[in-house]
Amino acid sequence: MKNVDISIQNISKIEGHADLEVKVRKNKVEKVHIKFTENKRFFTQAIRKRSIDTLPQSVSRICGTCSIAHLLCCIEAIEKGLGITPSEQTRLLRKLTMYGLIIRDHALHLYLFSLPDVFNKDSVLDFDENQHKYLLDAFALKKAGNLLCTIIAGRAVHAPYPLVGGFAHFPSKEEIKSCVQELTKVRLRLFDALDVYYNAKIDYTRETDFLALARDEFDFLEGDLVSSHGLHIQEKEFPKHLQKVVLPYSQAVGYKFEGDTYMVGALARLNLNKKGLHKNTKKDAQKYLKIFPSNNIFHNNLAQGIEILHAIDHSIEIMESKTFKEEEPIAVIPKACEGVGLIEAPRGALFYRLKMDKTGIILNGDIVVPTQQNQINMELDIKNLVQKHISKLSKEQITYEIEKLIRSYDPCISCASHFLKVNWV
Amino acid sequence: MQKKLKIGWFSFSCSEDSTIVFTELLNDHFSQWSKLIEFQHVRILKKNNTLKGLDVAFVEGAIASTRDAQKLKEIRKNCKRLVAIGSCAVNGMPSAQRNVFDPKQKKEIEFLIKRFHMAKKVRTLAQVVKVDDQVSGCPMNETVFLQIVDKYLKEFKAA
Repeated sequence: MKNVDISIQNISKIEGHADLEVKVRKNKVEKVHIKFTENKRFFTQAIRKRSIDTLPQSVSRICGTCSIAHLLCCIEAIEKGLGITPSEQTRLLRKLTMYGLIIRDHALHLYLFSLPDVFNKDSVLDFDENQHKYLLDAFALKKAGNLLCTIIAGRAVHAPYPLVGGFAHFPSKEEIKSCVQELTKVRLRLFDALDVYYNAKIDYTRETDFLALARDEFDFLEGDLVSSHGLHIQEKEFPKHLQKVVLPYSQAVGYKFEGDTYMVGALARLNLNKKGLHKNTKKDAQKYLKIFPSNNIFHNNLAQGIEILHAIDHSIEIMESKTFKEEEPIAVIPKACEGVGLIEAPRGALFYRLKMDKTGIILNGDIVVPTQQNQINMELDIKNLVQKHISKLSKEQITYEIEKLIRSYDPCISCASHFLKVNWV
Repeated sequence: MQKKLKIGWFSFSCSEDSTIVFTELLNDHFSQWSKLIEFQHVRILKKNNTLKGLDVAFVEGAIASTRDAQKLKEIRKNCKRLVAIGSCAVNGMPSAQRNVFDPKQKKEIEFLIKRFHMAKKVRTLAQVVKVDDQVSGCPMNETVFLQIVDKYLKEFKAA
């Protein structure tokens, strides 16, 4: 009978800082605690008294890698509150901005964080000559995503062009043409990694509920929330179904949905809405798509790869079929109101509720990020994994498996640990 | 064999936006840097990291707890040069926004400051250790960062 204590300090190859503690007594897992160890920055407090003019750029600073998601979700909440309906062109530019984020962010995770796990290497820096091509693929894909963000939104991190009511700058025809060429060129590079993830025999299966925005078209910005347990709700109803769980050991709270643990992110989106993917993605990813729906958390990686493909395919279609013209942002007229934004960030559903006064000053607000929603599910998966292997694998082997599992979730601790609490009003 | 510049990349209280910019700079510079730079302690890229004997430590983020301050001092002891990266490391903000909260806001966060042993005030790197260079910006200014990398490649004769 084994008694084991596993402690991982500062888990590597994830966004932000987290520790893990696992306690096993007489072959039974008694405790799994993921501790988000980043010091809080108290954005829930800091957004109060801020003007809606500066708030989107301020919340963009919550997270480096997800900054565009925070920016766009905050803008959506302000616009919904004020009754602003963005133009068709603005909607498309936001979609392209989001696609740029998805390509860059998912490629970072897939190739630089997670792929070494599949090759049993510590790091991409250790890849041998046969694996070196994946590093080059990673850089090419990230660069293309970066380019898309830059021409549409001004920058890949803390993008300056998206505004409440529109955009501050518009891409030229030359920029669009060059970006389409770049995306077309890197598209082919993706399939080798998709094959690697498709063929990898890594199994972290455990049944859970999945939650994602879904509509006819595979979309990161619009739609209703759908769960694999059959619930279909509008985004503004989301808080009514959420339960906050205080985790005293972690600098973030966790969440349950309808009283149960659940997962958000690429795997949830693919499980719930693969039919909405771009037609070229569906055609070329046919083999991989058969895997979904899947309860294997490792398939979150493959789902991210397929989302990169969708982001490339739809971006190319939009940029080849539309022309973008100078357009004045819709005038922002403050009023006392409350607005809700809900989008699919790379790691899953991101929710903003903002209450504003008649001068456009924020009275209070709540922000729910994906990693907080996944935390309890992640702990249960780790418990399941350790229990399954406790009699067969060494402590070191189990520790490595846990790290691989955590990286499959692609957690973002920078996002998760910067809030105080949520008081649903 | 050519001597390589041994670098570390660390982050404290921040959004890690400059860390992301650093990973994006690898898109264009990795093939050159891999010949000149040893990525000795870069948690975002690897698990097996070595702190001892760094030439240059690039440090992003502000210092928000005693634990952070101790870690930073440990990094300082183990590197020849330390570069503050990005706005939080250089001037504290926005991580230090709680320093300027009003009394009501401070009261609201008080129990968490105690529970997680956070410092009363968030500090810049230079308020804790000697800083040799800095790259301002939120995220960091890429051009300045590249100039500083070149400067240290020459200083440590890796270029």
